[in-house]
Amino acid sequence: MTTTTVSQQPKLSTRLPVADPATAVARARAHTSFGETVSQTLSMAWRALKKMRRNPEQFFDVTLQPLLFTAMFAYIFGGAISHVSGSAGVKAYLPLLIPGIVAQTVLTTCMSTGVQLREDLEKGVFDRFKSLPIARIAPLAGPMIADLVRYLIAAGLTFTTGVIIGYRPGGGAPGVLGSIALAIFTGWALAWIFTFIGTIARNARSVQGISMLILFPLTFLSNAFVPVSTLPSALADFVRVNPVSHLVSAARDLANNGVISGEVGWTLLAGVAVIVVFAPLSVYSYKRHI
Amino acid sequence: MTTPSVSAVGLVKTFGEFRAVDGIDLEVRQGEIFGVLGPNGAGKTTMLKMLATLLPIDAGQAFIFGVDVAREPHRVRQLVGVTGQYASVDEDLTATENLWLFGRLLGLRSADARATARDLLAQFDLEEAASKPISQFSGGMRRRLDLAASLISRPPLIFLDEPTTGLDPRTRGQMWDTIRGLVADGCTIMLTTQYLDEADQLADRIAVIDHGRKVAEGTPDELKTSVGNSTLQVQLAGTADQDLAWQVVRRVVGREPIFTPESGGLNVPLDTADAAADVLIGLRQAGVTITSVSVAKPTLDEVFLTLTGHDTGDPYQSDETVRDEPYLEVR
Repeated sequence: MTTTTVSQQPKLSTRLPVADPATAVARARAHTSFGETVSQTLSMAWRALKKMRRNPEQFFDVTLQPLLFTAMFAYIFGGAISHVSGSAGVKAYLPLLIPGIVAQTVLTTCMSTGVQLREDLEKGVFDRFKSLPIARIAPLAGPMIADLVRYLIAAGLTFTTGVIIGYRPGGGAPGVLGSIALAIFTGWALAWIFTFIGTIARNARSVQGISMLILFPLTFLSNAFVPVSTLPSALADFVRVNPVSHLVSAARDLANNGVISGEVGWTLLAGVAVIVVFAPLSVYSYKRHI
Repeated sequence: MTTPSVSAVGLVKTFGEFRAVDGIDLEVRQGEIFGVLGPNGAGKTTMLKMLATLLPIDAGQAFIFGVDVAREPHRVRQLVGVTGQYASVDEDLTATENLWLFGRLLGLRSADARATARDLLAQFDLEEAASKPISQFSGGMRRRLDLAASLISRPPLIFLDEPTTGLDPRTRGQMWDTIRGLVADGCTIMLTTQYLDEADQLADRIAVIDHGRKVAEGTPDELKTSVGNSTLQVQLAGTADQDLAWQVVRRVVGREPIFTPESGGLNVPLDTADAAADVLIGLRQAGVTITSVSVAKPTLDEVFLTLTGHDTGDPYQSDETVRDEPYLEVR
């Protein structure tokens, strides 16, 4: 691009050449290339990361929730379950619980993706993003890339808390890392649902409301906290098809046994399906907003 | 003949029942400052947003340097810079970070984006604030940064939406100088404004917009001549003399005065200030008593009153009369 010209003399640097209209028209291309789209998405991710660093309170949910929920669920439900089933106390519940908490915290993190996008869309700077010749997916996908950091913190902290209160993952470090990676992927995939909601809802508050309605059945009607066998049959059927259940099962197999089971495949498939449906919907809805 | 920077035919934008832009034709030549003048809610911003691909065009066609806005928005975005009414920069980033980010998004390499940011900050006198977060910027600094951000790719056409609304007079003057500098560099500028003096100072040609329609177009001089160069404001002692006063004014200056019923006065457009004396003598001879008198330069209100038959303060007051009148072309 000609715009990269930098004048040698500081005094004259105020006069950069204006593009000649005819040349500019000839040079203007109809679409962004794949490489440009990636680069633009990464630039938007950089922006989101900067903002995260400047507003550290955004990390409250991904730090406090794993700490609190892990301890709370372990001692409240763990005690009750071991009492009923007569197993060896809280520790016996942890291998079941920890992967469940990982899935839950990652999902909650997804929700804030949508809420923050909605807040962001109302800011003046989005007018500029819209006016720039950039891929329409970049402003949506950028913050989601940055959110990978949040998923990592959430999943990592949950396992750490678990280990502190006595969880000993049988799959060892590779198993734990594998399940963290899987949770991050699923979180990123499901975040497209919430990004879509972010582009259609009227304001951040309604994004939150709608997201809760989706989030609660997904997390609690899964095998995250209780064995499926204890559920009534109608509920159990939903729990078995819920993608979160697949994530939880896959994460358990990985972290507890070091086994890559068929559940990993189902989780990946479900994630890809969500992206294929909701990424184009989000971009379409964002374009319509313009 | 060179391709016009902007050419639009029959532009329409509706929001539900409301026709925000109601069939506007425009042609902006290369290298000129084109002013779009109108009160709040006239449809200026909506029109600009359509031309800048920020709003879909409901009907009509628009071309930027011959490129169809509706069909090839991505190409149009490579030809224009847009500076909105509200600073479109990121509040959480510093000035340098903002410009660097926009540079990167426009395809500059990191080092080039940094150099361009530095140059632009110097050009807009923002060097000292380069690493401050925008939240600490004054209104004028935000506008300058916003304009700087629109210049990163050195686009040949720049849209400015009310570039000086809310600025103090000194900052306003600086902004005008900057805009003139851009044109000297070879840019075409299309700006919207609510202020006649701003359009007068800057614009080569002006389109007056009201209720989503173009009510007049011409050079600042042509527009001002159409309302008279100045206005004599006369306060009558009683309403009984109104008809008589009307006849006197008509005879003396050959124009019809405009009554302002709420204040019991009348406004007389004048070609020269001298004519004010003639009108006053005429009124005295006819026996019309007046309580106060003043001579004012034409304001946007008067341009509006003359062109549309209603004032800018209450744009929906005389909706019907405006629609029915064939619009006035000042050439």
